[in-house]
Amino acid sequence: MPGKVEIRNIRKSYGSFVALDDVSLDIAPGEFLTLLGPSGSGKTTLLNVLAGFVRPDSGSITIDGTEFLTLPPHKRNLGMVFQNYALFPHMSVGRNVGYPLRLRGVSAAEIERRVRDALDLVQMAHLADRGVDALSGGQRQRVALARAIVFEPSILLMDEPLSALDKKLREHMQLELKRLHDRLGTTTVYVTHDQREALTLSDRIAVVNGGRIAQLGTPDEIYDRPRNKFVADFIGETRFLPVEHGASGLSLYGRPLKVRDEWKSLTGDTPWLVVRPERLRWHGEETDAANRIDAETTGVIYQGDSYLVTVRMPDGVEIDLRRGPDIAGKELPQRGQPVHLWLDREHTILVSDKP
Amino acid sequence: MLSRPATQTQITHLQRLWLYVLVGLVFLFLIVPCLIVIPMSFSGSKYLEFPPRTWSLQWYEAYLGSPEWRAATFVSLRAALLTTLFATTLGTIAAYGIARVHGAVSSLARGVFMLPMLVPLILLAIGCFFVYAKIGLNGTTTGLVLAHTMLALPFVVIAVLSGLASYDMNQERVAQSLGASRPWAFLTVTLPQIRLSVLSGALFAFVTSFDEVVIALFITGGQNATLTRLMFANIRDQIDPTVAAISSLLIGLSILLLVGSQLLLRKGARK
Ligand SMILES: Nc1ncnc2c1ncn2[C@@H]1O[C@H](COP(=O)(O)OP(=O)(O)OP(=O)(O)O)[C@@H](O)[C@H]1O
Ligand SMILES: [Mg+2]
Repeated sequence: MPGKVEIRNIRKSYGSFVALDDVSLDIAPGEFLTLLGPSGSGKTTLLNVLAGFVRPDSGSITIDGTEFLTLPPHKRNLGMVFQNYALFPHMSVGRNVGYPLRLRGVSAAEIERRVRDALDLVQMAHLADRGVDALSGGQRQRVALARAIVFEPSILLMDEPLSALDKKLREHMQLELKRLHDRLGTTTVYVTHDQREALTLSDRIAVVNGGRIAQLGTPDEIYDRPRNKFVADFIGETRFLPVEHGASGLSLYGRPLKVRDEWKSLTGDTPWLVVRPERLRWHGEETDAANRIDAETTGVIYQGDSYLVTVRMPDGVEIDLRRGPDIAGKELPQRGQPVHLWLDREHTILVSDKP
Repeated sequence: MLSRPATQTQITHLQRLWLYVLVGLVFLFLIVPCLIVIPMSFSGSKYLEFPPRTWSLQWYEAYLGSPEWRAATFVSLRAALLTTLFATTLGTIAAYGIARVHGAVSSLARGVFMLPMLVPLILLAIGCFFVYAKIGLNGTTTGLVLAHTMLALPFVVIAVLSGLASYDMNQERVAQSLGASRPWAFLTVTLPQIRLSVLSGALFAFVTSFDEVVIALFITGGQNATLTRLMFANIRDQIDPTVAAISSLLIGLSILLLVGSQLLLRKGARK
């Protein structure tokens, strides 16, 4: 299967500002890889290097073994979807989708067939003759997608393609994108700063920060084994609790803390316990003090399907917990009451500030 | 309380009278000087006068029957068409470059292209005369077209830049990613969308050249005299109503061009 991408030591600076700092990355054929990172982290720059619109200062990119960086954009055979779709307003939907085929000298009958197939794939066949100005945001998105896949590119690049859509449509389109990728199997590089979107869509996620890849891994690796504080913070609803590292081992607010992975202290590193609210349990062994947190309830809000309970840790950190309407044998805590929470050993994550 | 049935502003026509008078005056001073030559051109007398005491078509006959006038018209038309061609092409490319590139180079280029509009025409004419004298372009069509292209470029650059201001350059990138070379992406994606700006730039270029007289006075003559130059000489030497007849024809032509292009544009916009 074609579409294997090897990115090696790509550097790009604008003046003294380093936008991409020695980025290396392998993308397997057929993989859906997401670049996830905060604004200004270099995601678009990396995508534009792949597409040929930004020339890196050094490094190499090969696709299926051949050097890519020396090719002009139009010879790279990439499908690209922009955030604002960039449909051609002077062409109908059908002509937009047919554009790459006309460039390739495909016969008229063949163009018609492939345009119809591509539009079918995104459920837009009935609007082929429409002007693109008369489309909704979601429809434009689909047309842009159809146009990017109709010529069967070796790689599909998408830069925040869903960010202009409202939440509901975005979630719907995420599932459609996933289905489409399962069906076509085109190697895809996807840019987003929405962590849930990245988790939903990706085979692997590259978390980008400050022009570097902070961590590369599958969604569960990224979520459950973040390598540093930045990644842990960027993914999920995260709170950090300070862990003391004493002679008798690790402790949290004076109670012993049993952890999944041994803490390999670098000199002067303070460990932080990464707390995902949904991993905290309301039940536990009252007599065993290990991994128990004594907190205080500071708020309870009824939200229909659940309660949102705010608890305050001994050092003042507040965490919002979701609690189902009915937990057997446990009273719903009231505001001002103490609560006991437990964190299972296998769900403990320790990170340090250092990258 | 409403003082009368609700209109948008509650201001009466009487209260607005001053505005109507002002608008009337603006129109008067805008239009009358343009149109006063039309009645004068149908004069039956030998001199320019308003209003004419007798009427005739003799000055139209004088214009159309004169080989000298016809030759000058041809010179002007040829120069204007060539100027339109060069200025539109160059100006469009320049505007594209200025819009695409950011920073000092872009600002500098923009300044240089605006220069002919800022320098007084008479200085440009003297400059052209001396430069062209050195390289033997005075009295040639090439020289005239070059000088007029210089004059027309700022108009084209401004028109096309304004068209590009609202154009999303990402479209060209998409086109390139879909397989179009950069020039082809420009021709098939960008140009169709800024064509109205290019067209209006071209129209300006044509009119700039066709109407121009100062430079033509300096660098053309004899065989190569433009229509406006001949009209100028005629007014200075004879003041017969032939110029009024020509002017009236030119006004008619301009209106035709404008209306025609408007219709074309509207048709293009609907498509
Ligand atoms: N042409 C340029 N000149 C100077 N700096 C640039 C240029 N292009 C990008 N940058 C800088 O490089 C950094 C990375 O930009 P990039 O567009 O890749 O960010 P991003 O991760 O895509 O952010 P976002 O999520 O906001 O789109 C930014 O700080 C940006 O200011
Ligand atoms: Mg970006």
